[in-house]
Amino acid sequence: MKSTDLELVYEDLAMALDAVEAEKRELFLAKLALLLAHEIGDVSLVRRHISDACDNLDV
Amino acid sequence: MRPAGRAETDSLYFDYPFFNPPTGKVRLELTIPTPVAIVGAGPIGMVAALTLAKEGVRSVLLDNKSTFNDGSRAICVSRSSFSILERISAIAPFLEKSLGWTTGRTFYRGQKILEFQMPDSPNAKYRPMYNLQQQYIEQFLWEAVAENELIETRWQSEVTAVEDEGEGALLTVTDPIETYQFKARWILAADGARSSVRQMRGLRLRGDNYEGRYVIADVQMDHDYPTIRRALFDPDCRRGGTILIHKQPDNIWRIDYQLRDGESEVEAIKEETVRSSVAAVLEEIGYTGEWELEWWSVYSANTLALDDYRDGCTFFIGDSAHIVPIFGVRGLNNGLADAENIGWKLGWVLNGRANEALLDSYTPERRGATLDVFANASKSASFMTPPSPGWLLMRDAALNLALSHPFAGQLANPRQMTPYTYSESPAILDDDPGFECGPVPGAALPDARVGDLFLSDQMGCGFTLISFDQDFANQFDETGLTLCVLDVSSVAADILNAKTESAYLIRPDGHIAARWKAASKVEVMRSLSVVAQVRKGKN
Ligand SMILES: Cc1cc2nc3c(=O)[nH]c(=O)nc-3n(C[C@H](O)[C@H](O)[C@H](O)COP(=O)(O)OP(=O)(O)OC[C@H]3O[C@@H](n4cnc5c(N)ncnc54)[C@H](O)[C@@H]3O)c2cc1C
Repeated sequence: MKSTDLELVYEDLAMALDAVEAEKRELFLAKLALLLAHEIGDVSLVRRHISDACDNLDV
Repeated sequence: MRPAGRAETDSLYFDYPFFNPPTGKVRLELTIPTPVAIVGAGPIGMVAALTLAKEGVRSVLLDNKSTFNDGSRAICVSRSSFSILERISAIAPFLEKSLGWTTGRTFYRGQKILEFQMPDSPNAKYRPMYNLQQQYIEQFLWEAVAENELIETRWQSEVTAVEDEGEGALLTVTDPIETYQFKARWILAADGARSSVRQMRGLRLRGDNYEGRYVIADVQMDHDYPTIRRALFDPDCRRGGTILIHKQPDNIWRIDYQLRDGESEVEAIKEETVRSSVAAVLEEIGYTGEWELEWWSVYSANTLALDDYRDGCTFFIGDSAHIVPIFGVRGLNNGLADAENIGWKLGWVLNGRANEALLDSYTPERRGATLDVFANASKSASFMTPPSPGWLLMRDAALNLALSHPFAGQLANPRQMTPYTYSESPAILDDDPGFECGPVPGAALPDARVGDLFLSDQMGCGFTLISFDQDFANQFDETGLTLCVLDVSSVAADILNAKTESAYLIRPDGHIAARWKAASKVEVMRSLSVVAQVRKGKN
């Protein structure tokens, strides 16, 4: 993905997160995670991403 | 429980029989030793007695009640249980009365997100599942037990002590007339979840308890909907909760609803609370007609089992050995398979055809099956009643996504019917690597159409040899094996991945003991003596 495209996604996500009610944010992100995982279709890749996203959370 | 003014067995549609304790001449024979004493005449004890009788073995069946279990309890009977009922020649009334089904529908916030079909095909003799109230299950089994001369049933007879004595045990029984003792070579403890035999033997169930609590209520109503399992997640009438709805014969509907966290159980099982909760569910599904409350109960999900299903001369079968969450619909079905499993093995030992070592395969096979049920049940339990915030969020995300993307709805598929394959059992041999596919040893033999009948119709009472070559089969004429010869170009042969030289050895319970891509008589007979622990000069 080009860095300009990634930027686009980044902004869309920020706006979507602002648009949904605060208590629906987690639900939104979890749905998105399922959708993207389904699209990627490679279970080991998805599991690696899950573990990557866990890194440094309380840096 | 039943509505105020109705006794425990005062049902809207079922007449509970009343059974007397043994009277008259039979009392003179109460203390005569028996090969097998079965404690508990619930569905599992009765199937065990019928399986032993099929092997020609006598048993004494004792129950402390004067009638069947109250309430409809277990209602879903699986295809594999129907095969067991067929093998003990009790199937006819079940087929007539029960409602077969294959389809499930799952709703989230009132919208359908999934419709699933359980595996079914024209090659299967029975449907994947049948709904039938437990009191009918017990009545139909009882009809078979009552007319079987090898089974002596003693109602209102409570087993109060079990002591080892020589090769066997001494049972103490109390009935309304007296307390007496008699000897049994073997005991089958089919005395249910609160098994007193288990306590007498100082044994304990181990495992987990789950969070969710459910009320199950049966109502009678003229509701026009096919026999389809409905699951409602997060419905308007019970936000955050889950509801299951099943159709049963006689216009009875099972409604299973989850209690909210903090909802008091005492409050929840009051009649007026049950009535208003049920009314809300009926409104949710658009039913506006009359209805009557039949029976209700409350339960929470557990996965508990004994470490060893055998203690000396006592074998535990059914709920006495394991308790599983009921929405997995395995409580009854799992127990029926226990009963058949120990029944034929004990029969072979008592007939002198097999060595006692055959009995060593009971725990690994049946406890293995229970652990498999636990694994599946934990999966469905964490979907039905998520145990923690993470599980809850992902469950809700899956359901919510499923409104627009059907793939996510598959996460709500309960997959209730994955048949279990025995492994690590001394009564199962290793697979022949010559096979590319087909059912492995330990699996239940799949069914297939054979002419106007089914493959399962050709299985015998004992071991059956399936072969694909008449000349090969002829060599086994004097062996006592039932011979089933199939055309090598048949559907069955295809399902079994067989060529002309192949053979399958099938156990009395329909599980595959061994298979060979290219079989020889010596190999088949050697395997039979290993799996069945055949005694020399017998079989
Ligand atoms: C309220 C309720 C709801 C249920 N709902 C479902 C469901 O929806 N789906 C499902 O799959 N399963 C359900 N189950 C479980 C299912 O009913 C059991 O798995 C099934 O009945 C097990 O049969 P069993 O023969 O092992 O035990 P039981 O049916 O409990 O039979 C044991 C028998 O032993 C007798 N007994 C006990 N102690 C002694 C003694 N010392 N001497 C003589 N007799 C004795 C008892 O009276 C009883 O008749 C439910 C159970 C209950 C209690």
